[in-house]
Amino acid sequence: MAKTTITVDGRAHEVAATPDTPLLYVLREELSLNGPKFGCGLAQCGTCTVLIDGRAVRSCVTPVSAVKGAVRTLDGLALGGKPHPVQAAFIAEEAAQCGYCANGWIMSSIAVLEKNPKATDAQIRDQLSGLKCRCGTHMAILRAVRRAAAQMA
Amino acid sequence: MKMNRRKFLKSSGSLVVGVSASGAIQSLIAGDALAQGVSFPDPSPERLDTWVSVARDGQVTAFFGKVDMGLGLETAIAQIVAEELDMPVERVSIVAGDTLLTANQGGASASSGIRAGAIPLRNAAAEARRVLALAGAERLGVAANAVGTANGEVFVLADPSKRIGYGQILDGKPLGTNVKWNKEMGTPLNVTGEAKPKSVADYKVVGQPVARRDIPAKMLGTTDYLTNVRLPGMLHARILRPPVGAAVPVSFDAASIASIDGARVVHKKDLLAVVAEREWDAVRAARMLKVEWTNPEMNWPGTEGIYDHIRSAPAVASNGESAFAGKRVYDETPTFKALAGAARVLTADYECPFQSHARIAPSVGVADVKPGSAVIYADTQKPHFVRLGIAKLLELPADKVRVMWKPGAGSYGRSDADEAPFEAAVLSRELGRPVRVQWTRNEGTAWDPKAPAAVISMKAGLNDKGGIDGWYMRSKGFSGWDVKFTADSPEQTLVGMQLGYKKWDMHNFDVPTETYQFANTVRFWQTVAPLQEKASPMRCAHLRAPQEVQTRFAQECFIDEVAMATGRDPLALRLAACKEPREIDVLKAVTEKAGWNAADTRPRTAKGDVVTGRGLALYNGYGSYAALVVEVEVNRRTGHVWARKVTVAQDSGLVINPASIKAVIEGNVVQGLSRAMCEEVTFDQKTVTSVDWNTYPILDMKDAPEQVDMVVLNRTDKASGGAGEPTLVSITAAVGNAIHNATGVRMRRYPFTAARVRAALTA
Repeated sequence: MAKTTITVDGRAHEVAATPDTPLLYVLREELSLNGPKFGCGLAQCGTCTVLIDGRAVRSCVTPVSAVKGAVRTLDGLALGGKPHPVQAAFIAEEAAQCGYCANGWIMSSIAVLEKNPKATDAQIRDQLSGLKCRCGTHMAILRAVRRAAAQMA
Repeated sequence: MKMNRRKFLKSSGSLVVGVSASGAIQSLIAGDALAQGVSFPDPSPERLDTWVSVARDGQVTAFFGKVDMGLGLETAIAQIVAEELDMPVERVSIVAGDTLLTANQGGASASSGIRAGAIPLRNAAAEARRVLALAGAERLGVAANAVGTANGEVFVLADPSKRIGYGQILDGKPLGTNVKWNKEMGTPLNVTGEAKPKSVADYKVVGQPVARRDIPAKMLGTTDYLTNVRLPGMLHARILRPPVGAAVPVSFDAASIASIDGARVVHKKDLLAVVAEREWDAVRAARMLKVEWTNPEMNWPGTEGIYDHIRSAPAVASNGESAFAGKRVYDETPTFKALAGAARVLTADYECPFQSHARIAPSVGVADVKPGSAVIYADTQKPHFVRLGIAKLLELPADKVRVMWKPGAGSYGRSDADEAPFEAAVLSRELGRPVRVQWTRNEGTAWDPKAPAAVISMKAGLNDKGGIDGWYMRSKGFSGWDVKFTADSPEQTLVGMQLGYKKWDMHNFDVPTETYQFANTVRFWQTVAPLQEKASPMRCAHLRAPQEVQTRFAQECFIDEVAMATGRDPLALRLAACKEPREIDVLKAVTEKAGWNAADTRPRTAKGDVVTGRGLALYNGYGSYAALVVEVEVNRRTGHVWARKVTVAQDSGLVINPASIKAVIEGNVVQGLSRAMCEEVTFDQKTVTSVDWNTYPILDMKDAPEQVDMVVLNRTDKASGGAGEPTLVSITAAVGNAIHNATGVRMRRYPFTAARVRAALTA
């Protein structure tokens, strides 16, 4: 089977996967990561989101052979046991019920806030549009992103 | 080998310290627990140690036979146990839902986690405190009545410096006493000891906004989710679904997947699956496998035809003859007489769509079936019943099957969660290896059990003073019990029916709690035959607030229609028709908070593209009372409706955790708005056509309210009610009333999609 090298959370990995294998399957099955999750396989929900060169990418439809940049995942966000400010804000606001979708909201919020920490409420809503939360924790998520923005600004 | 609970706890070390369940479970898996003949007996509810154990270091573990679906239940139960034990809440761990370790308390069901599920835990913890105080007094050499308890220790009242910790008292030994069990299983299960639980006035931990303990791991990516279960030697499976609802596989072409290393097909009666060593290979095999299906004649009425179908279909059951839920005999005659003599009769039909659970992640199940025993990993709401169903399917005694509950995607009722674990069990038995079944998005949306569609017919007989002399409510729809509320037998699952188990033949809809008191009232339901008898993607089961969203949509909109027709304020009419003081309290609280104005309840006549309105609705159930005011913006050009502000007043009795209940109410509001605005299962003559998030949209972040205000009435004099559902039930009605207030147009069918509202506005 073809070997591909990808850099995930600062470490290079040589992985065995067919070129069409979505990055999500490589992260979960080959690297045993738990942050990015399967939700739809159609790029419609965002639970599989990772950051590649600062951009939020849906790993469930991204073939591993197309990954050129460095991948950041939820698993690698906390540094020295200290949560990323966005994670800390989501914890402080208790912005989850089941929490299955949290990966998508946290990774996407990082992409939004790293580019524009002064994002307005309307911009946050607009840029997080399309992500799905089935439990309906939208209000808490908005509070968490605003809190994180205040921290990161 | 008998892997009983006691041995498990010893081997896993959780009697020594509060080892996390996941660590303990991993060590069990690594051992030889799955050797032939292993047993997983039920923990006896009569043993106090079934409920509470104390480690040497004083850490307490409480064993909860329900599960936390993300509403903060685990934290609330820890608060209740800590309260009764006089412990800091951080020193209480909760193990939930594992059938080897917890008694069958019925799982997550009917918002019963606190209002029923906490009761035996509270009693057991109080009894444990009593037993520990007695033993502590002996160790301290004083009389039993000379000691108190605080901070996980027993101390001498006269000299608090003399004290001993709970862990030291037991020194790793069990509590060793019994409690009285009421011989019930499931949600009504209760136990009592000699000790009486504390009175509310003495609470220190209950009622405090303790941080939810499940939250940090969820944000850090370290939660032990079902989807993360990876067993050595585990195969990955996908199920093949037919292109037409009732089709079954005839044959398949194995050569079509020969190019995929290790991929194979399992075909057993109507079940067709592919398995592979690697997950992506299973996905590819499912896509590539050539299958010949039967081509049955299908004549579903389609999304647009469903309401005429319901109206004209013969009723096959009603609550007047229901066998399972007990019957509630009704008599339409007095109501019809009153309507015949009324000065004026108002009538309206309300149309309610099929809706899907559509969990954020579709069903997952992992099974490791060995000769003579099985371990199942599932995120079902009811692990103890899934154990019974899988045992029957595998033809094993129940004590040879263990279901290990894991957190998963939110579930909201009898979702697809119960399906993949059964399929994994079948495949693991066939293949002799652990198997993980992962459903696709299509399956999770198109093949999960649905909330039933219905037509709710309302009639009110008005006298010449506008008084209500007759009230008629008929719910006619599909049964909410095509699939039972527990998967305790194989026919309650798709795979069970595929393997030949005959569909459960029970019927249920809903008769609302009698909120409004009118003379000559009749409320009843009738069900029609399912669209497809066997293994149907349109089979129905409970979806959060089962059948209640439907009935309250009708009831709460129709009472507004009566108010409009008789020139009354909808609030005043409700207050006059309610007899329950707690309903009146929430109505008053919500309207005060929202600034309800009796003079502004006629349809507004604003011009311009965007108009605003507000609507009121009430709900009573699960021991709770909820009233809502929703303020909407309606874009008359596009038909788009935005619920800008939602105000809630809720009385759920005694509040355990004020922070959590607010979060639960907010989640109810948003999911309720989603069901009101967005959600409708679509289907044609042959199959379900809402199959993903594009075809089954839910409320987007852009449409989240600007503001959710709430008044939570903490009724310390009342037992805790359920909070998981009450706020959600009447939101659809409140939005319907708000749209009427904004536009003068009455929407009698939901969801209120832009297209539907635009069509109604231009009709």
